[in-house]
Amino acid sequence: MPLLKTNSSSLWQSDKLLAVTLKSCGVATGLIVFLIIGFLIAEAIPVLKTTGISRFFTDPGWYPSSNQFNLTPMLWGSLYAMVGSVLLATPLGIFSAVFCHYYAPPLVAKIYRMFIQLLSGIPSVVYGFWGLVVLVPKINEIAPPGTSLLAGILILAIMILPTIMLTADASLSNVPAQYLRGAAALGLSRSATIRGVVFPAARSGLFTGVILETGRAIGETMAILMVCGNIVKTPTSLFEPMRTLTANIALEMAYAMGNHRSALFVSGVVLMLFIISLVVIAEIISSKAVYE
Amino acid sequence: MNKKPQLQDRFLTLLVYGSVISVSWVLFLVLFDICVTGGGSLNLEFLFSEPTSAGRTGGIAPILMSTLFILLITMMVSLPLGLGSAILLSEFSSEEKLFGRLVRRSLDVLAGVPSICFGLFGNAFFCKRLGLGFSILSGGLTLACMVLPILIRSTEEGFRSVPKEYRLSAAALGLSRISTLWHLLLPAAIPGFLVGFVLGVGRALAETAALIFTSGYVDRFPRSLMDSGRALSIHIYDLSMNISGGDENAYRSAFVLVVLLLVINFSASWVSERWLKRKIVLS
Amino acid sequence: MIEKDFNTQAFESRSQCCDPQTQIETRDLTLSYKGKPAFKNINLTINRGCITAVVGPSGCGKTSFLNCLNRLSDLMPHCEVSGEVLFDSKNIHEKKYDVGLLRRRVGMIFQKPNPFPLSIKKNLLFPLKEHGVRDPKEAEAIMEQVLMHVGLWNEVKDRLDAAALSLSGGQQQRLCIARALALKPEVLLMDEPCSALDPISGSKVEGLITQLQGAYTIVIVTHNLAQAKRIANFAALFWFQEEAGVLVEQGTALQIFDSSKNEITRAYIQGVRG
Repeated sequence: MPLLKTNSSSLWQSDKLLAVTLKSCGVATGLIVFLIIGFLIAEAIPVLKTTGISRFFTDPGWYPSSNQFNLTPMLWGSLYAMVGSVLLATPLGIFSAVFCHYYAPPLVAKIYRMFIQLLSGIPSVVYGFWGLVVLVPKINEIAPPGTSLLAGILILAIMILPTIMLTADASLSNVPAQYLRGAAALGLSRSATIRGVVFPAARSGLFTGVILETGRAIGETMAILMVCGNIVKTPTSLFEPMRTLTANIALEMAYAMGNHRSALFVSGVVLMLFIISLVVIAEIISSKAVYE
Repeated sequence: MNKKPQLQDRFLTLLVYGSVISVSWVLFLVLFDICVTGGGSLNLEFLFSEPTSAGRTGGIAPILMSTLFILLITMMVSLPLGLGSAILLSEFSSEEKLFGRLVRRSLDVLAGVPSICFGLFGNAFFCKRLGLGFSILSGGLTLACMVLPILIRSTEEGFRSVPKEYRLSAAALGLSRISTLWHLLLPAAIPGFLVGFVLGVGRALAETAALIFTSGYVDRFPRSLMDSGRALSIHIYDLSMNISGGDENAYRSAFVLVVLLLVINFSASWVSERWLKRKIVLS
Repeated sequence: MIEKDFNTQAFESRSQCCDPQTQIETRDLTLSYKGKPAFKNINLTINRGCITAVVGPSGCGKTSFLNCLNRLSDLMPHCEVSGEVLFDSKNIHEKKYDVGLLRRRVGMIFQKPNPFPLSIKKNLLFPLKEHGVRDPKEAEAIMEQVLMHVGLWNEVKDRLDAAALSLSGGQQQRLCIARALALKPEVLLMDEPCSALDPISGSKVEGLITQLQGAYTIVIVTHNLAQAKRIANFAALFWFQEEAGVLVEQGTALQIFDSSKNEITRAYIQGVRG
């Protein structure tokens, strides 16, 4: 006779309860994204119904009080700031990661990594504040008014740099050591090894880093709002003030009503579409990396 | 030997050192400025008094209080949800199951949602649809949605650090899932959970855009969770953008915020290096 | 006594003493991993109270086979099992079969000793409590009994609250065996239980296994043919065929190791020996 009572049916019941609880947690967290997208779209629909999509590009300007909703200046503003900051931050970030792996002695690399993490921990509002009181006056000395696309690009670049640096750092450490030994055995120079062996091997990780930082750059609100001047006009030079989609929402949401409010949600939907396509691209890159 | 590779080597070295020096220099400038200008004039009274003249003078006591309440709401909501989802994803659903994959992908997207979109959503859902208005509750709930991906990712990391053998031998002994979880997996996953908690607090504390039109601007002591409350980051924004002559106090508030975040981030990386033996890279 | 001399005489006499009475029988058991079969159509009979050794080259599905016998295969991702495993004439791979009960009746010892990161005492008491032994006195009695059985009692009785991971490898493995025995299983599955241990600890564990013969049905996967020959009553040889494991031959240990008619078996036994 077995010594042990087998109360396995009750065991299974407690397991079932657990499974149900966990599943509902999972459903709840999984639903948040859909809730967000759903609410953004629901709030955007009124204006889309009354004015249609094309008027967001063809209206004479952004005058929400007289029902004119041309978003193009803001779209260009977001795009310029994003492209500029990504172009600036990507090489800086990747070279920083290269520095940590192949140039710096371990202690220096460790300190530098800590430095970068420190950088990533500073909130955007503080960067924006610093940009406003230090950077903008400096640019003002060169070309007034100072609040400008350039200020936005510089601040954004500082903010997204940790993202690309840390992902590049992680993907460089995944480069198999035997590749490096092989390159060394062939007598390749350091630059040839990095260009010919390290970068190709770490390619998908580096791409993912660029995509992540792009997402950051397009979504950033506070810092860019504080240093860009926020004038609704497509900038024609680096020194002109401009307004991004995100800044537009943050500035006008507080008092927006009716169609105006709805139009702001349209720009929110645009941002979401952009982010989702970035996630999809990242997914494709990482799934390719698996099969290569 | 030809000279070309040497030249290339030098060029790359120049680029690498150039980047590192410029990055360090900028970081140094920012930190130095905030610490010297903000930290230099900071005193305890600033932390414990109420703001006067729209924040130009006086302190930040009610703002710290509101910030704390917002964080409390955020964590109280996101911790159980995050823990449950992390357990589900790491222990109960394998990659090939559709449900787990869906939840995972939607969390990936959630992690990339810009904070301003969280703000829009929070305004539309919590403030308007649920009728919570501009309140600490609305702000906290909005941030809870925002920190979930971080929380779940690092808690999962904690579960992943538990060796597979424990699960196998527990199953071979016929133990139920719930007691395997309780006695074996949870204790081992605590560090990851802790890191997630700390990083989540950090993210919530740094957030501004999602709070502007969910928790609001009011800078007096909140009387209840349904009251509007101004978070520290919003205080900095408001002082520097909307209040002329607010820079001095904005510097001080920025210093307080930066110090808080540094403490938080370093304790997170300390915990993860000590117990998880690996870094959790936020992206 | 644990440290006995295991010579061939003992081995031959054991072969006869075993009463061949079927306890587990697999019928056309096939396991596929990501659609690729790991082993195919295994028909193996395991007799009650005997030691059955499963031998063969690495990667031919021996461990996966073992995992099918207590349905640990359920936990492997991308893995599908077809065919039947009859345990006392009931197919354990049927959906309705009580897995908790099955795993209590079929204990398992892994290659690497894997005590839980708890105290020695808690390693034994916690699974007992799980299986319904609520009375602490009863549980402690079982604990003492199984620790004595595996020869660990005198080594650990003064430090039962110490961490199980502070024990040596061999002690950890014996603790794992004790942990399995505490649940009063009928069958013990052992996946190369000695191969991760140093030779002295390994021989202690081996001695323990021979002691368990008769009271428990033991299925042991091993690479060590000498060990299989020393301790087993029955043996089964797995081999590759079209990249999947198949059962080449089964029989008494004597037949397999000394007088096999099968080419592959003879080549394998001799190849390893030489």
